[in-house]
Amino acid sequence: MTKSKKLLPSGLPRIESIEMRGIVKRFPGVLANDHVDFSVYAGEIHALLGENGAGKSTLMKILYGLYQPEEGQVFLNGRPIEIKSPTDSIAHGIGMIHQHFMLVDNLTVTENVALGLKSSREPRLDLGRVRARILELIDKYGLQLDPDATISDLAVGEQQRVEIIKALYRGAALLVLDEPTAVLTPQEVADLFVIFRQMAKDGHALIFISHKLHEIIDLTDRVTVLRDGRVIGTRQTAEVTKGDLATMMVGRDVLFERVRPTAERGETRLTLKNVTAFDSKRGHRVLKNVSFQIHGGEIVGVAGVSGNGQRQLAEVIAGLWPVSEGKVTIEGQDVTNLPPANMIEAGLSYIPEERMHDGAVKEFSVAENLILQDHIRPPYSKGIFLDFKYIADHARRMIKDFSIKTPGQDTLIKNLSGGNIQKLILARELARRPRVLIAAQPTRGVDIGATEYIHNQLLLQRAEGLATLLISEDLDEVRALSDRIIVMFGGEVMGIVNNDDTTVEELGLMMAGEKRLAVSAAGQALHKKPVAP
Amino acid sequence: MNEGLSVLAIIVGIAHSGIRLATPYLYAAIGETFSQRSGVLNLGVEGIMLMGAYSGFFVVFKTGNLFLGVLAAALTGILMGLAMAFISVTLQAEQGISGIGLFMFGLGASSLLFKTTLGTVEGVKGFPELHLCLPSGYCLSDFPVLGEIFLGHSLMVYGAFALVPVSWWILNKTTWGLKIRAVGQNPQAADTLGVSVAAVRYITISIGGMLAGIAGASLSISLLNIFQENMTNGQGFIAVALVYFGSWTPFGVLAGAMLFSLINALQLWVQVLGLNIPSDVAVMLPYLLTIIVLAFPFRRALQPAALTKPFERGEN
Repeated sequence: MTKSKKLLPSGLPRIESIEMRGIVKRFPGVLANDHVDFSVYAGEIHALLGENGAGKSTLMKILYGLYQPEEGQVFLNGRPIEIKSPTDSIAHGIGMIHQHFMLVDNLTVTENVALGLKSSREPRLDLGRVRARILELIDKYGLQLDPDATISDLAVGEQQRVEIIKALYRGAALLVLDEPTAVLTPQEVADLFVIFRQMAKDGHALIFISHKLHEIIDLTDRVTVLRDGRVIGTRQTAEVTKGDLATMMVGRDVLFERVRPTAERGETRLTLKNVTAFDSKRGHRVLKNVSFQIHGGEIVGVAGVSGNGQRQLAEVIAGLWPVSEGKVTIEGQDVTNLPPANMIEAGLSYIPEERMHDGAVKEFSVAENLILQDHIRPPYSKGIFLDFKYIADHARRMIKDFSIKTPGQDTLIKNLSGGNIQKLILARELARRPRVLIAAQPTRGVDIGATEYIHNQLLLQRAEGLATLLISEDLDEVRALSDRIIVMFGGEVMGIVNNDDTTVEELGLMMAGEKRLAVSAAGQALHKKPVAP
Repeated sequence: MNEGLSVLAIIVGIAHSGIRLATPYLYAAIGETFSQRSGVLNLGVEGIMLMGAYSGFFVVFKTGNLFLGVLAAALTGILMGLAMAFISVTLQAEQGISGIGLFMFGLGASSLLFKTTLGTVEGVKGFPELHLCLPSGYCLSDFPVLGEIFLGHSLMVYGAFALVPVSWWILNKTTWGLKIRAVGQNPQAADTLGVSVAAVRYITISIGGMLAGIAGASLSISLLNIFQENMTNGQGFIAVALVYFGSWTPFGVLAGAMLFSLINALQLWVQVLGLNIPSDVAVMLPYLLTIIVLAFPFRRALQPAALTKPFERGEN
């Protein structure tokens, strides 16, 4: 026992070290964690890196008491501890910021913090006392927040601060940060990193889970890479490059740069003119006066923080969301508010963001999922009968051409990985030789290898003259593939810029709604002429 | 006919019956509010009410003790609530279907039990009306209008109204109420903070069952003092609708219960007064109102987000 026990700014004791030794966790058919060793110390930010399904989340859920390991032991300051539930981990000073915020959105900040805690005057709530302590923490950690605000009124960045406060309030000395930057604008990420660095300096231990390599290089002290449930290695971050980490993560060299050769910009394929749409259930406007054009041989990216109208934009074009005002045209043909079948007829292909929900039928086979739209016409059917031989041949061809990893064309697609399902959807949509492609979040939750493949396919199609609208919350993806970028905020177009003429800072300001660029009537970029919002 | 009754007397009469008739709605709907605020839709309220009505009636008939009767109804309700909790929380069955099953069970079992154990019993002496009378012989419930409307009801009636502020206080001012609200809105969030989603739901469904049982007893040993097969006649289902009508708040439920019971009282008086309206139309009114109320979609925005969704740890 050291006599001068060091305290955190919150007034609580530090965690000098957490060690997880020989952790094994099995799920039916999968070895999620295979004798994993992992440790983190006070004052350190330790990155946990790996592809989807590498076992990062499983390991952290074990640390937080949400899963029980089959083998292995967790040590706190050198002593073995039992973590049976979140209650135990919280009591040990472990806090977790989940990727999907764990907030009750119709309660206030204070109520969310008080949830599950003993009150000083049970059974009555003592929100006044909780609120005072929150203000104290806000002050000590420099987090700006209104304790009386209702969660649903807060921006995503603020909600994240509520999660941090929640953990600190419970005495968290160790914080597990599960992809905390996934939904933030670049500026919000920068602010967040300032907070994290200060917390580490103050003696907190931080575990940072991410697959964004530049963030790991930028923020962390050490990095542990997981692949297929095993630790590939632990390194000092200062001693590795992005390329080293990617190789460790994937097991082979990875190309980051996407080659976007100059392509001939063709005729106008898709036009939106002053499109406005409403959410009738909630009674508010989701798209406001949206205008733009996409030409053949061009990828136009849509950047924006999640929930700023991107999903509705895709659905409006796909014929799945009603347009209240304005006009949607595909190759000069007015398709406003026509049913999806007519959109498909007009040459539209659509890769929806919810691939399991809107993009494919889980209980159908690979072959069946490949003909969801076109099964009614030749060569897939003859009269009222399906041509099973042709369908099977077609499926085998697609599996080969798009390197879909599946045991066979009759495998149910619920048994495929996310990346392979996405390749299947891409195969189906591209095989129809579309004139316009809407790709919504085409690589979300997809591993690096499949991402690389999908990106290259999109660029290949661009070279062949396809007009693509790429909607993505991953700004790096938008930057890598787009010729022009549309930034959306609150259902409005904040600006349309040429990718090569813009900066991350400018995009970030537009994503946050703080900057607006003039857009010509035809929806073309009038670059570098800001107007007052 | 009935020229002897003044308009005021009719209004007083309707208001007095309205308060009386709100009793079973209040117990059942407040109970269902607890259950739904934690995310569980219990459609079995009607069946629990019938079982509560039977068991309360049976115990009062055998013992003559009214409070034992209420206790029996409450315990029956808790048992049926626990059954619903086991099916919907532990086994994660589809809530709508399990509730319908519970209703069918209650409907059949209550009438079977009544036929085999009692059979021909006419009625019991239920909760008396409370008349506070002065030594002079003047009773406060005779005080014009206010006294006539609000006084002279039984303990069961006052109990139902007292439940409204009490349950509001529990839901909004206690740590426990915060847990209920959080579990109904985002059970994953509550789980990560060490709140047991299953425990909260078991307790709220049991409370819902208990109050539904008492609601049944309020019919059989307070308002009507008889037992009949299917005597609740859809009131349990209306109580479920009232929770939606009241936007999942006790005072909203109170407003809805009063609206319904006043319309009910109105239709009874229409029949008593022999007005020239077909009685079928009058009887139909409360049910028609239920449909109209539930057709308003804006209320769904206030609905607990996790309502009818079973909780499984680790699912996002």
